[in-house]
Amino acid sequence: MEPLEKLSAVAHDPFAYAQAIQPALEKPVIGYFCSYTPEEMLTAAGAVPFRIFGTRGDISLADAHLQSYCCSLVRGGLEDVLKGRLSFLKGAVFPHTCDSIQRLSDIWRLNAGLDTHFDLVLPVKLTTQSARTYMISVLNTFRAELEQGLNVSISDEALHQAIYTHNCIRDRLGRIYRLKSQNPGKLAAADMYAIMKAAMVMDRAELLEHLDALWADLSAGASEGASTGRKRILMSGGICNHPDIYHFIEEAGGDVVWDDLCTGTRYFEGSVEETGDPVEAIADRYLDRMVCPAKHMGVTARGEHLKQLVRTHRIDGVIFLFLKFCDPHGFDYPYLKECMDQAGVPTLLLEVEEQLPGEGQFRTRFETFIDML
Amino acid sequence: MSDSSKRTDPEKEKRKIKSVQKMKEIMTNYYIEAKGAADTGKKVAWITSGGPVEPLIAMDVIPVYPENHGAMIGASKMGIELCEKAEEMGYPRELCSYARADIGCAVTDGGPIGGLPRPDFLVCCNNICGTVMKWYEVAARYYNVPLFILDTPFTHREFPPAAKQYVIDQIYEYIAFLEENCGKKMDYDRMQEVGRLSVEGLRLWQAVLDSGAHKPAPMTAFDAFFHLALIVTLRGTQEAVDYYRQLRDEMQERINQGIGMVPNEKYRLLWDNLPVWYRTKWLSEKFASHDACLVADTYTSAWSGVLPYIDENNFLETMAVAYSQVYINVSLDIMIDTLRRLIKKYDVDGLVMHSNRSCKPYSLGQYDLQKIVMEELKIPTLILEADMVDERSFSESQIETRIDAFMETLKS
Repeated sequence: MEPLEKLSAVAHDPFAYAQAIQPALEKPVIGYFCSYTPEEMLTAAGAVPFRIFGTRGDISLADAHLQSYCCSLVRGGLEDVLKGRLSFLKGAVFPHTCDSIQRLSDIWRLNAGLDTHFDLVLPVKLTTQSARTYMISVLNTFRAELEQGLNVSISDEALHQAIYTHNCIRDRLGRIYRLKSQNPGKLAAADMYAIMKAAMVMDRAELLEHLDALWADLSAGASEGASTGRKRILMSGGICNHPDIYHFIEEAGGDVVWDDLCTGTRYFEGSVEETGDPVEAIADRYLDRMVCPAKHMGVTARGEHLKQLVRTHRIDGVIFLFLKFCDPHGFDYPYLKECMDQAGVPTLLLEVEEQLPGEGQFRTRFETFIDML
Repeated sequence: MSDSSKRTDPEKEKRKIKSVQKMKEIMTNYYIEAKGAADTGKKVAWITSGGPVEPLIAMDVIPVYPENHGAMIGASKMGIELCEKAEEMGYPRELCSYARADIGCAVTDGGPIGGLPRPDFLVCCNNICGTVMKWYEVAARYYNVPLFILDTPFTHREFPPAAKQYVIDQIYEYIAFLEENCGKKMDYDRMQEVGRLSVEGLRLWQAVLDSGAHKPAPMTAFDAFFHLALIVTLRGTQEAVDYYRQLRDEMQERINQGIGMVPNEKYRLLWDNLPVWYRTKWLSEKFASHDACLVADTYTSAWSGVLPYIDENNFLETMAVAYSQVYINVSLDIMIDTLRRLIKKYDVDGLVMHSNRSCKPYSLGQYDLQKIVMEELKIPTLILEADMVDERSFSESQIETRIDAFMETLKS
């Protein structure tokens, strides 16, 4: 199978992939919700980190545990595990991010019935030496808990090896993103979505092979598709689990050439030092990388970052894509919008739930926005 | 005697808490002083309700509580207008209504006291939620003032030594922040005295709340919501100590005289979550009409609930750990332990949970807590879907029906 076909197939049905891979590789699959999960440690423990995106289907069981004012990621993730769709998981990791994920961790632990459960109560402010010291300690504890929970030993050597693998993955994803920005016609929006989604659920060694093969294909004949004539769009927000959105934007005359998403650049930005103490090195990447809004890195960091991205990637318009009921993103929105207003970049706000609103309504909003650019 | 006093019902008069007047005076003077800070040269710090105020008191900084202000906005029924103002600015309606109302207030100088005094700096402790951090980031940008964040790790199963060290380190970072922003050094003798007063105030507040264990209860959770203000805003002052001593004595006197707050107390209930500020009177009367008394709650006991962690002789460092252990900074397992303890201590017949749209860390998980309480403790529970400040999320007819049905279950 061609690398892109394989990645698309995994992205299309990650559950089927995980169900098949577990017996094939004899590796435990560990679920996780957020980019603050130190995947290097899971890989070093011989596990497959599997990102949970939340179901898009009907919710029935999660409603007995969660009120209506809870985001679709938390609700959908819980629904998936209660319905048994995640029965291939050996456990799940909950890094401390927002209030909802924090409570989901308790609800999950009490109801999901998985073998293992890991809480990583990471620091929330990432600007001080004491926070760094604490984060390193949390990561070391996680390493010990993983060893115990999965009955393995995680050597420094294995961690260094995993760090190398994950750095290569981050490097390849970064290259693919930059290629998309330089040459938007080269990769369709749907392909970008598939690559990122697959990257967060596949066995990472296998993933890297596919990414390398894909990069070899892509870097041959780099000038193809240089101009699409479409507007350059940046998407900013939390997670995007709706491939249709990219497709609609493309049809409406826009290319998503960069993003500021947890399931996008926040996933692969920054690399981990490959020498020295591996745990400290993992911590330092989190302290250095641009934050998710549930973390603190000063009061203007995200705004300045977004302004920088817009300049670097010559962005025509920004689409803010938030999950409804997501507090951290909601609080940052007026400020980020103001930053874009000052930069003269038009914006569109989309709040989504489990199901997208009617297709027609969505298309019209994108068309109107992109026509305006 | 004036005409008005002739018309008062002596039975009702007897049940009124006399200290209320004193409390109103103290709070009025407090807000006058805070609003006049610009004239007196005192620094003003905004601080979150669960934040360590004691170092501010020791440094002569006036602490101002946007959350207390949010509660006032709610009680004054001004929530919708101010929340809508924030929504016009782009803040989603799903965000905390304290934050929305307060942001709406900041840009309009509206609300019951014409806006809060401008902060010189901000102190945010995330032991109550992640929301306050985002809210204070907004304030830091709006007022262009320094922000200190005290990051208190959540306890799922344990609070490890590294977390303890992290919060202790931050207490000294906090003091350095205050010294820099106040232009003077911390007086550690004064700090110790403030710490002692804080502990004394907390003990007295707990004694006030303990009085609800008596049958009939001399006060209800609705009274506790009102009298809570000082333990939040003036904790660590002699004034708070004096006031709560007076209130505790009044409660003891009521117990001695057999005065209950609800005339025919038959059913004793436990309240969970923040009050519905704009409907406290209505809810109080509604429950009283069923001879039901809300004898305790999980909210007002959150401040004194951490007393066991505090050592007066090492106040600063033990305070850091104590603040990390407040009721909503812990897992559902630990919360259920607290519920069990309160249900037993106050000998309650039922649990009323306010599912508060504004407060996800308090509300998400309530369904699981409810299930455990019903199955394990065999106590009937009621969940009321509402919001603490935003009246648009309150359906009177629906809530009335639910309360009536719940009370029927209790009576049967």
